[in-house]
Amino acid sequence: MRRLSVAVICLVLVVCLLPASSLAEQKILTMATTTSTDNTGLLDYLVPKFKAATGIEIKWTATGTGKALKLGENCDVDILMVHAPPAEKKFVDAGFGMDRREIMYNDFVIIGPIKDPSAIKGKSIKDALQTIKAKQGIFVSRGDNSGTHKKELSLWKAADLPVPEKESWYVQTGQGMLATINIATERNGYTMTDRGTYIKYEDNLKGNPPLKILVEGDAVLLNQYSVIAINKKHCPNAKYDTAKQFIKWITGAEAQKLIKDFKLLGKPLFTPNAKM
Amino acid sequence: MRKCSDYLVSQQSHFNPALYIVMNFLLEGFLQAFNLLLSGNAETYSAVWATVKVSSYSIGSSLLMGIPLGFCLGYFDFAGKKPIRTIVDTLMALPTVFIGLVVYAFLTHRGPLGNIGLLFTLPGIAIGQTILALPIVIGLSATAVESMDKKLRITIMSMGANRRQLFLSTLWESRHGILAGSIAAYGRVMTEVGISMMVGGNIKWYTRTVTTAIALETNKGQFGMGVALGLVLLAIAFCVNLSVSLLRRRY
Repeated sequence: MRRLSVAVICLVLVVCLLPASSLAEQKILTMATTTSTDNTGLLDYLVPKFKAATGIEIKWTATGTGKALKLGENCDVDILMVHAPPAEKKFVDAGFGMDRREIMYNDFVIIGPIKDPSAIKGKSIKDALQTIKAKQGIFVSRGDNSGTHKKELSLWKAADLPVPEKESWYVQTGQGMLATINIATERNGYTMTDRGTYIKYEDNLKGNPPLKILVEGDAVLLNQYSVIAINKKHCPNAKYDTAKQFIKWITGAEAQKLIKDFKLLGKPLFTPNAKM
Repeated sequence: MRKCSDYLVSQQSHFNPALYIVMNFLLEGFLQAFNLLLSGNAETYSAVWATVKVSSYSIGSSLLMGIPLGFCLGYFDFAGKKPIRTIVDTLMALPTVFIGLVVYAFLTHRGPLGNIGLLFTLPGIAIGQTILALPIVIGLSATAVESMDKKLRITIMSMGANRRQLFLSTLWESRHGILAGSIAAYGRVMTEVGISMMVGGNIKWYTRTVTTAIALETNKGQFGMGVALGLVLLAIAFCVNLSVSLLRRRY
């Protein structure tokens, strides 16, 4: 029994002595971002280059824009990279964030089965949504208060339709973009996605996906990404200066070129548009 | 194994595409799991290390607190014992996402413990997981002590043991039951996603555990990778249980 307790004590000591992750190093920036910048691999590509340029390490947590903004409001992160301009402006106006800068965009597209059961191909977004509703085509929604979800809700509104909240043909997944596309694939339905994630999906399926782009190119489908530093007055603990450094870098010529060169299947995923 | 080969044959003749998909999933997962482990994939090992570390923290602290509490709950008779048992048993069903949210509320920078800076760290996750494991350790330890042969107590007493010796030998004799409870708690801690995701934030190289990595890969549509990581998690559990059973053989 004594030997057992010695063994247990040793085990406990080893566990206690395991190096705890460093808590508050000045050279680490914590970012909350959306699933699309993470799932497409953009951050995996940009972050090491930022570190090489400045020595600053970025830790990012990828969630929907709704939760990302909440994490910012609660001072849990130093910087946000999100894509819901109206919600972002509200966030800045409320005094939670500052120095919001637009960095890049891609666009939203409506994708659906090749057979296109509701025949929406080539229509305007307004017509397409009205047709889907009229023909009760399956439409899969993120339903998670993310940037993409917020955009989708605004499109139903713009098409003079109530959000089809409880309709049997309207499926709300509450999951990330690629998971939602996969559910749309399974249900043989339509969904709205950002183009970057769609290209990633095409790439996953080796360029031969069962869902194709059916509606695109409408001006309202623009998907603008921005970075926002957390307001130091609201959150004194936020590393505002480090965040500022990142904003300067990502809106600078070098990083903008990197974003432009980021491609999958030979297609660019994002178009840089920071005003220098 | 015979069945496996049947599936593979049917795959070639497109006899049963549904089974082919299942086989393909598992096969791809197996191959990828081996590949990840053998090629020393840095991301996988970082997640494995995070899982081992955080589950050791949490199982260590929950055993340290839970075994004495559970033992007392099972050993002593006192007023309110039954209601406490019911509460502990109920807490065994705590949903992980709920624990995650409550711990987040405490650890967020605007919460009561925000200044310690435990949000998005492994110790932060460990706090939540300790809350998850504690009722299991307490409940199953108490059961282990209670369900011991009643004759044992009389036998020990009749051999002239004093109360201290009775206490110690009861503790020693219930070790296998307590161990079983600890293993159950360890399994729960190692496989939970809700707490790790909410409190840890799934931050690459820092708080990405094997389970949050599985959730992420699944979200990204990389199902094969998800299956592979699931198998990696099973491999860790196997190593832990193997060392436990070796220890058990010695004592």
